[in-house]
Amino acid sequence: MSVDYEALKKDRAQEWRENLRKSIPAKERTQVERVKMPENEPLKRNKNFNEVNKGLSEEQAIIEAKRCLDCPTPTCISGCPVNIDIPGFIKQIEKGDFLESAKVLKDTNALPAVCGRVCPQENQCELQCIYNKMKKPSVAIGHLERFASDYERNTGKISIPEVLKSNNIKIAVIGSGPSGLTFAGEMCKLGYEVTIFEALHEFGGVLVYGIPEFRLPKKIVRAEINSLEKMGVKFVKNFIVGRSAGLDELKDQGFQGFFVGSGAGLPRFMNVPGENLVNIYSSNEYLTRVNLMKAYKFPEYDTPIIKAKRVAVIGGGNTAMDSVRTAKRLGADRGAIIIYRRSEQEMPARIEEVHHAKEEGIEFLILTNPVEYIGDSEGKVKQIKVQKMELGKPDESGRRRPQPIPGSEYLIDIDIVVVGIGTSPNPLIPQTIKGIDVTRWGTLVVNEETMQTSIPYIFAGGDIVRGGATVILAMGDGTKAAESAHKYFINK
Amino acid sequence: MYKVIEKTILSENVAKLIIENKTIAKNRKPGQFVIIKMGEIGERIPLTIADADPEKGTITIIVQKVGTSSHKLFNLNAGDHISDLVGPLGQPTEVEKVGTVIAAGGGVGVAPLYPIAKAFKEAGNKLITILAARTKDLIILENEMKEFSDEFMIMTDDGSYGKKGLITAGIEEIINREKVDMVICLGPAIMMKFIALLTRKHNIHTIASLNTIMVDGTGMCGACRVTVGGKTKFVCVDGPEFNAHEVDFDEMLKRLNAYKKEEETSYSKYLKDLK
Ligand SMILES: Cc1cc2nc3c(=O)[nH]c(=O)nc-3n(C[C@H](O)[C@H](O)[C@H](O)COP(=O)(O)OP(=O)(O)OC[C@H]3O[C@@H](n4cnc5c(N)ncnc54)[C@H](O)[C@@H]3O)c2cc1C
Ligand SMILES: Cc1cc2nc3c(=O)[nH]c(=O)nc-3n(C[C@H](O)[C@H](O)[C@H](O)COP(=O)(O)OP(=O)(O)OC[C@H]3O[C@@H](n4cnc5c(N)ncnc54)[C@H](O)[C@@H]3O)c2cc1C
Ligand code: SF4
Ligand code: FES
Repeated sequence: MSVDYEALKKDRAQEWRENLRKSIPAKERTQVERVKMPENEPLKRNKNFNEVNKGLSEEQAIIEAKRCLDCPTPTCISGCPVNIDIPGFIKQIEKGDFLESAKVLKDTNALPAVCGRVCPQENQCELQCIYNKMKKPSVAIGHLERFASDYERNTGKISIPEVLKSNNIKIAVIGSGPSGLTFAGEMCKLGYEVTIFEALHEFGGVLVYGIPEFRLPKKIVRAEINSLEKMGVKFVKNFIVGRSAGLDELKDQGFQGFFVGSGAGLPRFMNVPGENLVNIYSSNEYLTRVNLMKAYKFPEYDTPIIKAKRVAVIGGGNTAMDSVRTAKRLGADRGAIIIYRRSEQEMPARIEEVHHAKEEGIEFLILTNPVEYIGDSEGKVKQIKVQKMELGKPDESGRRRPQPIPGSEYLIDIDIVVVGIGTSPNPLIPQTIKGIDVTRWGTLVVNEETMQTSIPYIFAGGDIVRGGATVILAMGDGTKAAESAHKYFINK
Repeated sequence: MYKVIEKTILSENVAKLIIENKTIAKNRKPGQFVIIKMGEIGERIPLTIADADPEKGTITIIVQKVGTSSHKLFNLNAGDHISDLVGPLGQPTEVEKVGTVIAAGGGVGVAPLYPIAKAFKEAGNKLITILAARTKDLIILENEMKEFSDEFMIMTDDGSYGKKGLITAGIEEIINREKVDMVICLGPAIMMKFIALLTRKHNIHTIASLNTIMVDGTGMCGACRVTVGGKTKFVCVDGPEFNAHEVDFDEMLKRLNAYKKEEETSYSKYLKDLK
């Protein structure tokens, strides 16, 4: 997507905005300190599932909004995968018009309350903010995004985007993760009859089964889904495309176009000895039990989870951080440990999550890798044999490749292990759609400009195309795919 | 929401439910299963599709109450609704005409064995059914299975009904008597383990349908994993049926017991709340 700088310039030239800019000198704006997100106290919050970040107050948000210089060439926008009009929404906050600010966000981002919480802003918009050049902390764009969208939701004045008259073209979306939801919203606006099919009993994909309540309350996802429902998107749960019914059957029902947003839900294991011992979970199982099935409320809820004092989580991404912080909350007070084979610098998790994890008492065992699990007589894991690693030369990903140090193995006593080293695409869809092109990693092949697969009426995006990526990239794919699907149907 | 159309109590602990679901009724094949979740607090539990009527758009399941969730399901009546029902899941049984087939079921395994045994009979095989339990009261689906079996045998550990002895003794008796082309077994992991050991000795192809613990049933979590032929397999997508001679039953047995304590907590709470 390219940034429409002309349109941005026009907006920026509006009188109210010019006046607002002039009301405080830039120099003074840059003297203001970056806002600190109010958080629940680490040693209390690590015992419950309430959201960690409390959100900015109106005063805090307005002060933070004043820091933004409303740059003539806002570099931040180029860092945002969906090119949100960042100064546009921030200046509405400074002006005090929070609902209008939320509207600006929604022009390009269907799920701002989600993105404000889970996007890695430090690598995106905030990395590109001009403040970095001044060696100062960037504007807290993510916190402000969250503020405006929460304000809108909390006041109950959620604006439902306008929808064109139906063109009677039926479109099926496979999977209700961020890419599918975004695609559905965009197509619905254009007048298509959109139905989302979801395999699980709740909508939202990773947002409901993976990312924990303490980071992304489920009611937020539900509110976004309600908005889409109000726009006219149909939602069908408990429906696995390829099992409940195949693509041909859906075509018979009149669906003419498809979007595959089925994600990367297949857990990866490391194939080290002992990995199938009792109490070794994939992060997907651990988090699904806790988030989707609410096992943290067992026995009030029927799904159980093993609560233990010592838990090790293998991996260094968001999934691993979410798992280890969940373990802590479930009572791992004799050690909730991250075991990661590279160093902290290489950890793919959001910085805020690593920071929060440390505050909550998570231990980090870096440059360490499990080589074997040892069980007791009941087949329950009791020890991990780990090996120390050192960093060698950079690999394809540009990160230095970890190498084992011979003879460095030792044992760690443990009650539960969660393997959080990543996921692969679920093979079901690639297998069930005859003739669709698949890469050797099991992802779908698409034209990067159009998100069109090798079958012209099937579009795809999100993790089924990228492998494990991010919410915002999945959403960007959904938007792009909707634009090109629309073109496809117009020209057809 | 999926409506329960009909309920038949088959024995003290076993009920047959006919449930509305057009899509599954139309597309299911023998050996496949569904996942059911009842209400907001419910867990997701796997149940074999015992039968289906594509015209009426219904499926049949047979449930034996063993804990909280199966008990909840057992307690449903015609007219009640099930909030979540998804399927068909798993690979269908490869039903073929092979000759003489022994269907051996024990404990909770008898309910899911029923549709598989029936399918083998319908494919033209000679079907010998052997059901086993600790004691007489625990024998289920006797009449239902007898109806389509060419030969039918019951074994109890204590001799209170049928023949006294373990299921393996019954199977061995038949193997010694006539040529058996295939054995299908379904039941406690320990039972399947010993059946597999026996039939390997006699070199008889044996299929075990594995009832591992599941969460999603779609290949997303790995809760259902077992080692088969030295490789990790997910029962919900690669199975539920595998070559019994390759399954690591000891591992499966241990994994099935993973939540023993929690299951007891949950069930005693449920029974208390029922009162
Ligand atoms: C624990 C965890 C934490 C994460 N944290 C972050 C974070 O902080 N920030 C961030 O940006 N990203 C994060 N990510 C990554 C991000 O969540 C994903 O990149 C994103 O959700 C991918 O979106 P998607 O649209 O591809 O679909 P997904 O969210 O993967 O959802 C796909 C959906 O499709 C359904 N489905 C699959 N197959 C079928 C079928 N055949 N029929 C019907 N439905 C089907 C699935 O059940 C699922 O609901 C995290 C991921 C995990 C696992
Ligand atoms: C593919 C598949 C098909 C199945 N088909 C049927 C069916 O048609 N009819 C039926 O009655 N049951 C079937 N089961 C078993 C059924 O899913 C379990 O009995 C049920 O999940 C138990 O839940 P619960 O809460 O009632 O009991 P829990 O409290 O979970 O368990 C109570 C007792 O049952 C044992 N148990 C728990 N889960 C299982 C399991 N999956 N297999 C065997 N024992 C278990 C426990 O070890 C415990 O001793 C099937 C299981 C699988 C995997
Ligand atoms: S680069 Fe920073 S200061 Fe400039 S417009 Fe964007 S957020 Fe505001
Ligand atoms: S039940 Fe989750 S992968 Fe099989």
